[in-house]
Amino acid sequence: MQMSPAMRESAMVPDLYRIQHVRRETKDTFTVELRAVQRNGGVHFAPGQFNMLYVYGVGEVPISISGDPGKDQCLIHTTRAVGTVTRAMQKLHKGATLGVRGPYGTHWPVKEAEGSDIVIIAGGIGLAPLRSALYRILEHREKYGKVQLLYGARTPADILYKNELEHWRARLDMDVVVTVDRAPGTWRGNVGVVPAFIPKAAFDPSSTVSMICGPEMMMRYSVQELQKCGVADENIYVSLERNMKCGIGLCGHCQIQNLFVCKDGPVVSYQNVKDLMTKREV
Amino acid sequence: MDSLISIIAEHPIFSGLQNRYLDLLVGCASNVRFDAGKHLFQEGEEATKCYLIRSGSVALQIDLPPKGLVTTQTFGEGDVIGWSWLFPPYRWHADALSTQLTRALALDGKCLRTKCEQDHDLGYELMTRFAILMERNLQSMRLQLLDVYSET
Repeated sequence: MQMSPAMRESAMVPDLYRIQHVRRETKDTFTVELRAVQRNGGVHFAPGQFNMLYVYGVGEVPISISGDPGKDQCLIHTTRAVGTVTRAMQKLHKGATLGVRGPYGTHWPVKEAEGSDIVIIAGGIGLAPLRSALYRILEHREKYGKVQLLYGARTPADILYKNELEHWRARLDMDVVVTVDRAPGTWRGNVGVVPAFIPKAAFDPSSTVSMICGPEMMMRYSVQELQKCGVADENIYVSLERNMKCGIGLCGHCQIQNLFVCKDGPVVSYQNVKDLMTKREV
Repeated sequence: MDSLISIIAEHPIFSGLQNRYLDLLVGCASNVRFDAGKHLFQEGEEATKCYLIRSGSVALQIDLPPKGLVTTQTFGEGDVIGWSWLFPPYRWHADALSTQLTRALALDGKCLRTKCEQDHDLGYELMTRFAILMERNLQSMRLQLLDVYSET
């Protein structure tokens, strides 16, 4: 859809949101819960979409929405403090305000995947945007086949959403594998990379939709394992991360060839980006 | 003996292996179990066996002074642990600790090497399968070394 100049202008103006709650997840990741200050009504988004969060006086960053799409009274974002804006955001407390533009981008194919087995593969902070998809899938659990969550983190201390992972693991209608890349000798969980666990997961490759989010290298290795298992490229979805600025496909910062990641992504079918993902120049 | 053969045949590493090879391998195999906290092997010991894990969990650990033990990889059902039996000087380079009750099939390394010498077709089959295993492990180690989560 073409945007009129007025629509473009309004899309660049953030709404004011107030922080309701800040939760420290790991030493460098945190979750903020936001509620609209001026606007009434709920917030509507699809799992996998992102918002542009504006820390006033510092800058704006794209952050995936990690909350439950079925609970639309607040926005939940989990992010890692790695840059100027996210470090400033980490210092904010309850009651502080943020600017929010969005939601933007494409979403995980949770509706389209009904009737299929689901393999969710997350690495590091990549679990955040997939959590929204998982909430939606578990809310409509009867509409899906087997549900697998494979999650990899750097160390045991870097595991996100520990309580929820334990809760999901306790469910009888899904399998959860958590693994870390390195661990002290006292750790009794898995050690190893996420892709190594894919061949062991129980799913029907001919009827599986896989959703992957994490470092690009981890996604590439995971795709290779899924392909070896027989999952078709068009049923593999990845979330791309690029330097998104405007969020509406105007500025071109996130452009990869003819793809605007902010508008045509971040969630894309691997079928459509496999050439891009293996090209070093992009 | 029949049950041992079926256990070997059902393990992923020997999937599709011809019966005549299974008959040869079974002479080198024994059922073993390790309670949680017991070692399958320790660094420096003679590498006499490889283990086909049937159930449980095993942590491969290396002592890293002054940090202490670091777990570099874990193994579970369907995995194979140990290939030092293949290469001189046949010594383990790490500890393997059972972190929960683990049942496995132990294959005697010397016995396997002898049978491979006597039957090179069997040797080729085994080496091919262990080479695939090693290649997969090498790929995984590479990804681990890249420390990809530090940048996300």
